[in-house]
Amino acid sequence: MNGASRLWRFLAPTLVGLAFLVAWQAAVWFFEVPPYVLPGPFLIGATLLHDGPSLLGALLVTLRITFAALAVAIVVGGALSILFAQSRLLEISLFPYAVILQVTPVVAIAPLIIIWVNDVFAALLVCATIVAFFPIVANTTLGLNSADRNLVELFRLYGASRWQVLQLLRLPSALPLFLAGVRISGGLALIGAVVAEFVAGTGGAETGLASRIIEAGYRLEIPRMFAALFLLSLTGIAIFVVLSWLSRLLLRNWHESALESAD
Amino acid sequence: MAETLVTATALAKSFRNGVTALAAIDLAVASGEFIGVLGPSGCGKSTLLRIIAGLVEPSAGHLERPADLVGRIGFVFQDPTLMPWATVSDNIYLPLRLQGVTRNAATPRIAEMLDSLGLGEFAGIYPRQLSGGMRMRVSIARALVTEPALLLLDEPFAALDEITRFKLNEDLRALWRRHRCTVIFVTHSVFESVFLSNRIVVMTKRPGRIVADLTIDLPETRDNALRLSDRYADCCRTVSRRLAEAMT
Repeated sequence: MNGASRLWRFLAPTLVGLAFLVAWQAAVWFFEVPPYVLPGPFLIGATLLHDGPSLLGALLVTLRITFAALAVAIVVGGALSILFAQSRLLEISLFPYAVILQVTPVVAIAPLIIIWVNDVFAALLVCATIVAFFPIVANTTLGLNSADRNLVELFRLYGASRWQVLQLLRLPSALPLFLAGVRISGGLALIGAVVAEFVAGTGGAETGLASRIIEAGYRLEIPRMFAALFLLSLTGIAIFVVLSWLSRLLLRNWHESALESAD
Repeated sequence: MAETLVTATALAKSFRNGVTALAAIDLAVASGEFIGVLGPSGCGKSTLLRIIAGLVEPSAGHLERPADLVGRIGFVFQDPTLMPWATVSDNIYLPLRLQGVTRNAATPRIAEMLDSLGLGEFAGIYPRQLSGGMRMRVSIARALVTEPALLLLDEPFAALDEITRFKLNEDLRALWRRHRCTVIFVTHSVFESVFLSNRIVVMTKRPGRIVADLTIDLPETRDNALRLSDRYADCCRTVSRRLAEAMT
């Protein structure tokens, strides 16, 4: 990619965003919308500056749950995928249940988990992990099973052990899909953490951004609600960007997805 | 006649989907031979090669090979089949690594293979940065790095342009003269099989049977000049005729 198009890639979405904000602010002024219905970007910005410190504390709590959930999802999901790749029987026995866990809305099971697990942090962690782990399992399993068949035969020809096939062939083959799974799961872990906290309510000593949003809603502090929402989006975007960067870094030498175009 | 390395007796293969790929193959491969297996597409040539490699079990018949041949077979597929995440030298190292040779111990062997296939300057780069012909060279280097007793090639040059193909034919022939391993080379090109082989077996279309077993009486050292000679043309004509008969 050349310099000009790189610049546009950054500039174009920024311009769209700015235009949207300007239109939003203009509409709020023009129609004199009260701030408890829809605050303008300026008011939200001011609220963010003013309430920033208290919101940041809450964001940290949410982030802790998000990253813990992502880490557990990577470890559990990765281990499960490797098990699946070792035994087809295990895969067909367990995979449907992973799907069931995935399609059951977390809002529906979160109250149960919160009853069963005493510790609030642990309960939220379980909920967020349930939401986050499926893309990793599905992608990594697919990746481990799509190693080049001829390479698998070549390994057999040289009497490779199961471990060698896994380590030298299946894991590297699965890496691109695993990383794509992690990228999706990063966003989902954040969503899971927030949804679970919504269900858990505002109890507990340390509460995350979801609690701030609920509180602000009760008190009709809509600008504060928007400020918290803005922080959440920003966090989601940051997670996605960091994970994408990590993926490119790990694949840049060989995978099509991470190659710089030649011109 | 040199001692026999591999003997196939009444070898047959049917797949679960009902396709009979091979019907009663009898073939004795002598040590040090360069055999071309020639036949139309889908005649079971690849299946025969995979049975000899031990990758596929025959459904009937018998394959006799020395017990110590396991692990001393090199295989080159139609595609280069390299690991895209590994550098050229790591790809060549793979068979040795699987056999438990340490990187340090393997280094001279890898360097020698890089050198003899003209890959010296590409040791540290990734397969995607190479042309198709160069990738195939890496694939051949990987097959030869273990100093195999038997080298099996499954239409390795079919996807390459003719100029690259001619060059690789010449180089492969020279490598064989140096290593003196037994080679079975599957192809559907008459010109290629005649240029490379000392002996050609012609197979019918599916289910494959061997219908001709020809000795190619050409000089041991073969280069591009040979391609223009009358002797080469005569051989090609003979083999073409037998292939045409096999098709009817």
